[in-house]
Amino acid sequence: MSGKEYRTITDVKGPLVFLEKTEPVAYNEIVQLRLSDGTMKNGQVLDTSDDKVIVQVFEGTESVDRQTGVKFLGDVFRLPVSKGLIGRILDGAGKPRDGGPEIVAEDMADIIGAAINPYSRESPEQFIQTGISAIDACTSLVRGQKLPIFSASGLPHNDIALQIARQARLVGSDDDFVVVFCAMGITAEEYNFFVQDLERTGALENAALFVNLADDPAVERLITPRLALTAAEYLAFEHDYHVLVIYTDMTNYCESLRQIGAAREEVPGRRGYPGYMYTDLAMMYERAGMVKGKKGSITQFPILTMPGDDITHPIPDLSGYITEGQIVISRELHQKGIYPPINVLPSLSRLMNAGIGEGKTREDHKSVSDQLYAAYAGGRELRGLVAIVGEDALNERDLQLLKFADIFEDQFLRQSRDEDRSIDEGTLDLAWNLLTNIDTKYLVRLDQKWIDKYHPTEKNS
Amino acid sequence: MSEESGLIYRISGPVVTAVGISPRMYEVVRVGDEGLMGEVIELHGDQSVIQVYEETSGIKPGEPVVRTGQTLSVKLGPGLLTQIYDGIQRPLEALEETMGVFITRGVDADGLDLTKKWEFNATASAGDEVSGGSVIGFVQETETVEHKIMIPPGHSGKIASIESGEFDITTSVCTLEDGTEIAMMQEWPVRTPRPFKQKNAPDVPLITGQRILDFLFPLAKGGTAGIPGPFGAGKTVTQQQLARWSDAQIVVYIGCGERGNEMTEVLTEFPHLTDPNTGKPLMNRTTMIANTSNMPVAAREASVYTGITIAEYFRDMGYDVALMADSTSRWAEAMREISSRLEEMPGEEGYPAYLSSRLAEFYERAGRVQTLGGDDGSVSVIGAVSPPGGDISEPVSQGTLRIVKVFWGLDAGLARQRHFPAINWLSSYSLYPQALDQWYRDNIASDFPEVRTKISSLLQVEAELQEIVQLVGSDALPMDQQLTLEVARMIREFFLQQNAFHDVDTFSQLGLQYEMAKAILAFQEESEKAMAGGAGLEDVVNVPARTDLMRGRFEEGYAERIGELLGEMSKQIAETMEDN
Ligand SMILES: Nc1ncnc2c1ncn2[C@@H]1O[C@H](COP(=O)(O)OP(=O)(O)O)[C@@H](O)[C@H]1O
Ligand SMILES: [Mg+2]
Repeated sequence: MSGKEYRTITDVKGPLVFLEKTEPVAYNEIVQLRLSDGTMKNGQVLDTSDDKVIVQVFEGTESVDRQTGVKFLGDVFRLPVSKGLIGRILDGAGKPRDGGPEIVAEDMADIIGAAINPYSRESPEQFIQTGISAIDACTSLVRGQKLPIFSASGLPHNDIALQIARQARLVGSDDDFVVVFCAMGITAEEYNFFVQDLERTGALENAALFVNLADDPAVERLITPRLALTAAEYLAFEHDYHVLVIYTDMTNYCESLRQIGAAREEVPGRRGYPGYMYTDLAMMYERAGMVKGKKGSITQFPILTMPGDDITHPIPDLSGYITEGQIVISRELHQKGIYPPINVLPSLSRLMNAGIGEGKTREDHKSVSDQLYAAYAGGRELRGLVAIVGEDALNERDLQLLKFADIFEDQFLRQSRDEDRSIDEGTLDLAWNLLTNIDTKYLVRLDQKWIDKYHPTEKNS
Repeated sequence: MSEESGLIYRISGPVVTAVGISPRMYEVVRVGDEGLMGEVIELHGDQSVIQVYEETSGIKPGEPVVRTGQTLSVKLGPGLLTQIYDGIQRPLEALEETMGVFITRGVDADGLDLTKKWEFNATASAGDEVSGGSVIGFVQETETVEHKIMIPPGHSGKIASIESGEFDITTSVCTLEDGTEIAMMQEWPVRTPRPFKQKNAPDVPLITGQRILDFLFPLAKGGTAGIPGPFGAGKTVTQQQLARWSDAQIVVYIGCGERGNEMTEVLTEFPHLTDPNTGKPLMNRTTMIANTSNMPVAAREASVYTGITIAEYFRDMGYDVALMADSTSRWAEAMREISSRLEEMPGEEGYPAYLSSRLAEFYERAGRVQTLGGDDGSVSVIGAVSPPGGDISEPVSQGTLRIVKVFWGLDAGLARQRHFPAINWLSSYSLYPQALDQWYRDNIASDFPEVRTKISSLLQVEAELQEIVQLVGSDALPMDQQLTLEVARMIREFFLQQNAFHDVDTFSQLGLQYEMAKAILAFQEESEKAMAGGAGLEDVVNVPARTDLMRGRFEEGYAERIGELLGEMSKQIAETMEDN
């Protein structure tokens, strides 16, 4: 921690400090600021040249003045990583928040992380049973996937995330997940809800928490998820853990990114978010996966709240372009009193095909899932028509689909917060039972051989 | 200070400014103590602006910048196939060997193995007059692909000597009388299109085995297609289906700013899939370029040029090459990011003003040509576009649609119903059918174009009828129109829907596509007859043989059985009349 202290600040703008200096400073180098009253702040170099350096200050620039001392630490941002992170609660900058000792570093890891060589990746294909029918049947999760929850304010995304964290397991294996939880700008109340639940189920001892709350510095949020992912990578790829990363709320993260962009007077992209937000998000989301020759894995569950419930808003939109699907929470279903209010139609798991089927879940899974989608989509569409023309104008097929949509929501989607359904009897058999409400001749997505084998009333016995 | 090397003045993300050096535009330079690779993209007073292809963290002003005298080029020769490269043609396998599973920086790797020996078979002889593009021999690069060795463009003369045998790719295999030595490898600057004799009009379809594409919206060999669509609508699956099943001889697949796992999927799957045209593993004909979304942005900008140059090189051997770029939007965004770091005046939505000309130049490199060597070769280009919010009024979609001749419009609504491929049959189009119809008549069936027209007009009529149904319900329509709706439903569910993940349904021969379309028209015709003879709509729709005909497509040997299944359906429909 050598280096000279400069007092050459020329401008302060939003979270940015501009200064002139004498010696060369590295791009992305870590910076320490010492205020006149002795307070320390941290920052990072965003732009560097012979004449001028721009530093982004994580704790915000409040009280920074021209007398503030600025020291360049000669290195990029690193997190002390160790197995001892498990069971710890750290703040948004990686310092203990639980009153415990400093982390004894086994290594100092660069928090930006390097890209996994696509040649070195291993295709994720191990089915994770969440016990939630909507997810297991329709948007199946696999180990190493990044599957965000697209929600909106006031919806029970936290309950769903916690239910997944509690119930998620590989069928026929008892490897447990380690949870890395990352809070970005959520309220203390939401945070307590998570911690209490993790505590209640004993998961807290098996978790590492990185916490930046609503009243913590906004710019710090730009590093909190990177700390969490750096910890996850270390645990997964150096210590063979299967890590489940839950981070919430990505929307707050993106707001901070926008704030930095505005302070730099960058040309804004859509709705004021920086043009590089896609790449920036990708550099986090892509840190999920499995790699050749390593036992561990990183599965990501980012949670984001869609501003105005709008899925085309840049935050869900750019996320959906990077993640391997999305679980979409619906206000309409929530208002109908259905938990979990997952709208399966816009939901998707891109890795599902690799993770289901014979030897993984069940041979008929794909076919059943396609049929559920088609029937439910058909039924929902007819609801609109019926509102105009009445049920009398419907033919037999349409009447059956219409009824099926209600049954599907009420019996398939709906389950309790501690109901853990198995994929075969709990979920797929339930699906077959509900599909008996439709004549088989209308079930065109089902292969004949699965009807012969699984249809409760038409199977060959 | 010498002109050959200068100093870094400024670093801002992937853009580095150097002083004390006067390179040429697009010259490759080495940046910083680690010698990171970069390319000069702007000259500004005494400053040279460089886009750097690797991560720039930790680099400081004052570090050196060194000229190389070269422009950004690729190495072309045996060894390209089955490879996966990053955006600047570094083999990812070689990077894994030197760096491990995470890509760090400052490592060079040749695009081709310079030490590996290949069996060169000379086909030209001493005394032959040759010029740029002339084929002088070949290497059996993979089981299925003969890699032709050509005189590099710009050279000509009489062959003084030529020799078959085992050589590495930089050793001369042929000497011209003026003393020029020809090796199996040549280099080509990626931003310059490779020359050819002339462009020819495309008149042969690129057959993809995807019914909605081949039958309704075909692409010609040497043609261009754009696939815009919101996330999750099927851009990548469609591109991968084309890479798997299209009847190109060479496939270049560019993963540009997309997911790492999607590249891994291709890598793990292609060696085990067989090409329906050759019966050999698909990997044999494939080269991949991967700059995933978390890899450096500047190399993303280059990846598209690296890919198309490789495609042109195989075209020059007289091959039909298909190139997929997934997604061109990420390439455009890379341009935008660099442009904004250069503080250029932004155009629409922050994209640089030259966006549309770059798009046009890229698609212009597609085409069916007479090669310099006199062969017929083609590059077909299929670009995915990822419009924000799925709204194609944005600049990249619009810039693309102005150029490409085929538009496969993906539709989020269809994807939500799991109608795949989620290609909207009302808004999509192809400008090629006219040029291709003669080919269909000669090779598939003399009435192929007429059958296609009937199928697409049924879909149009359905759309009009659906508007009425939305107001009054389908029961209120006259019987013949209700039948039309059933026929259209059959087109959608039986013909247009095609499951990429189903072992059998994933690929449909063009001949079978035609038979299926004919079967639908037969259903229509016979049902009309039966209904005129007193049968009810429900009767004809529900004949069990129709379900068998439709479900049959999921089983092996469908092409052989469809005639029989159709016969049975016709019989049963006729019987509905007698029952009444
Ligand atoms: N032809 C198809 N057959 C079956 N499923 C498909 C097909 N096309 C797309 N899908 C489904 O849609 C999902 C998203 O498709 P993808 O091509 O990845 O979308 P995009 O690239 O547009 O985001 C896939 O994971 C798959 O489940
Ligand atoms: Mg895609």
